[in-house]
Amino acid sequence: MLLLAIDTSTTAITVALHDGSSVRAEVTTLDARAHAEHLAPGIRAALEKAGAVSSDVTEVVVGLGPGPFTGLRVGIVTGRTFALALGIPVRGICSLDALAHEAWQCGRRGALLVATDARRKEVYAAHYALDDRGLRRESGPVVARAADLPDELRALPTVGRGPLLWPESLPNGIPEGSGLIDVNAGALADLAVLRRASGDGLDGLEPLYLRRPDAAPAAPSRKSTLG
Amino acid sequence: MADEPLVLGIETSCDETGVGIVRGETLLVDAVASSVEEHARFGGVVPEVASRAHLEAMIPTIERACREAGVGLRDLDAIAVTSGPGLAGALLVGVASAKALAVALDKPIYGVNHLASHVAVDIVEHGPLPEPTMAMLVSGGHSSLLLVPDITNDVRSLGATMDDAAGEAFDKVARVLGLPFPGGPHIDRAAREGNRVAIDFPRGLTTGRDLERYRFDFSFSGLKTAVSRWVETRQRAGETVPVADVAASFQEAVVDVLTRKALLACREHDVDHLLIGGGVAANSRLRALAEERCAKAGVTLRVPRPGLCTDNGAMVAALGAQMVAKGREPSELGLPTDSSMPVELVQA
Repeated sequence: MLLLAIDTSTTAITVALHDGSSVRAEVTTLDARAHAEHLAPGIRAALEKAGAVSSDVTEVVVGLGPGPFTGLRVGIVTGRTFALALGIPVRGICSLDALAHEAWQCGRRGALLVATDARRKEVYAAHYALDDRGLRRESGPVVARAADLPDELRALPTVGRGPLLWPESLPNGIPEGSGLIDVNAGALADLAVLRRASGDGLDGLEPLYLRRPDAAPAAPSRKSTLG
Repeated sequence: MADEPLVLGIETSCDETGVGIVRGETLLVDAVASSVEEHARFGGVVPEVASRAHLEAMIPTIERACREAGVGLRDLDAIAVTSGPGLAGALLVGVASAKALAVALDKPIYGVNHLASHVAVDIVEHGPLPEPTMAMLVSGGHSSLLLVPDITNDVRSLGATMDDAAGEAFDKVARVLGLPFPGGPHIDRAAREGNRVAIDFPRGLTTGRDLERYRFDFSFSGLKTAVSRWVETRQRAGETVPVADVAASFQEAVVDVLTRKALLACREHDVDHLLIGGGVAANSRLRALAEERCAKAGVTLRVPRPGLCTDNGAMVAALGAQMVAKGREPSELGLPTDSSMPVELVQA
């Protein structure tokens, strides 16, 4: 098997190929404003790195967010279309689970908070319990101001970009330099392989927006629906 | 026939998710999913609503296009996609999807200009474009006069709207008249019962120094204001507003200016083919007046059928097929979207 994992829910545009036992290639670019530019070249680069061609891929997993909408959609539509083109299955996983899984891979156990940048002075957050068997999501994902999360969650060890942005509200960020800031597609791929092996379902294919669209019409100079 | 390039085109610049497939100059399928109904209650397109709708519609629309055309994705020679201009978040969904096809299938990708595509679509309707062709694009977002020596790499802008696009004026006037969004078809319908010379609404940039300085430019903002004032005055006096007459007179002012300037451009640039594209080209009075004036001027008029005038994927595929046929280099896989892509830039 060769699993292609994609996530664009954080600043990282990240792609990995997993052969069922280990990550064969991983390509990550940090650029919050250019997801669509970097993702497809990243897939091609990962394939080259793994010495594979696109038709070797047997399944696709995409991070469903939550994350800033525009970038998030790039990853999801890319995963869905890639799978359609090759006639292979595609499934999704909550992107915050991938960050929690990466912490688990690094040896962390116990309660964990994942908090990523939701912009507009808010974070996307979920609460996990990690033990030797793996991770369990206890609550979330939610979108909220970091300061408005329950005190007992804010006090937990926290991964994701949240603690870097809101250190007063999320004081127990895992030290900078240890990674665990943005999603890593290698961890996402590994989690997908583990979940499949254990028979756990994945999370469908719908984006986790968590916010309703702002219903302000496009700037008038732009367009009506006349074509 | 089988040697001609088979190209799939994707269009997501506004609120239509379009996927078309063209072989050479033959249209095989034009599949469109529209989110217009979701926007109607806001009186305009809501970008985030449009982007969400594109994500939902993308895969089903590609599947439908392939099924109806009897084409497998692996049979394609190239992928074409609108890379601009348009709503940034909406464009991204189509471009990302097109790139995924290009990587998965190992096919070349062409990022193309939405406006050039509106011109190119007539190739699948009425055959090759004479070189040069004069093109007038009139839609909710654009009103442009283009001199087109070669649709694959030489499009020259002669003029454009300085304020509202023609279709936008239709939407705004429809609102004033209490007609639903989108305004174009409703005004067209109301106008059929009205008198188009009932009210002498202003024709922007058509006289004296304005015509010299802004020869091929348009302005519809003053017209829109004049209609609003006219209607408000009647309402304040407690009179009934003759909706059909206002619609007909307003519509006449728009199509009079459009056709006058288009034919002036044809004459001054010595071009004997005029192509009208974009959503407003579906307007029945614009078609009728353009036919009349072109016939008088000895200019051949080309207008794609209404379904191909509004945004669709076939037009993108049509332009992509021209690119392939003329041996143009594909775009890079890292091609960006450009929400304000200049009209002269045919390819990203």
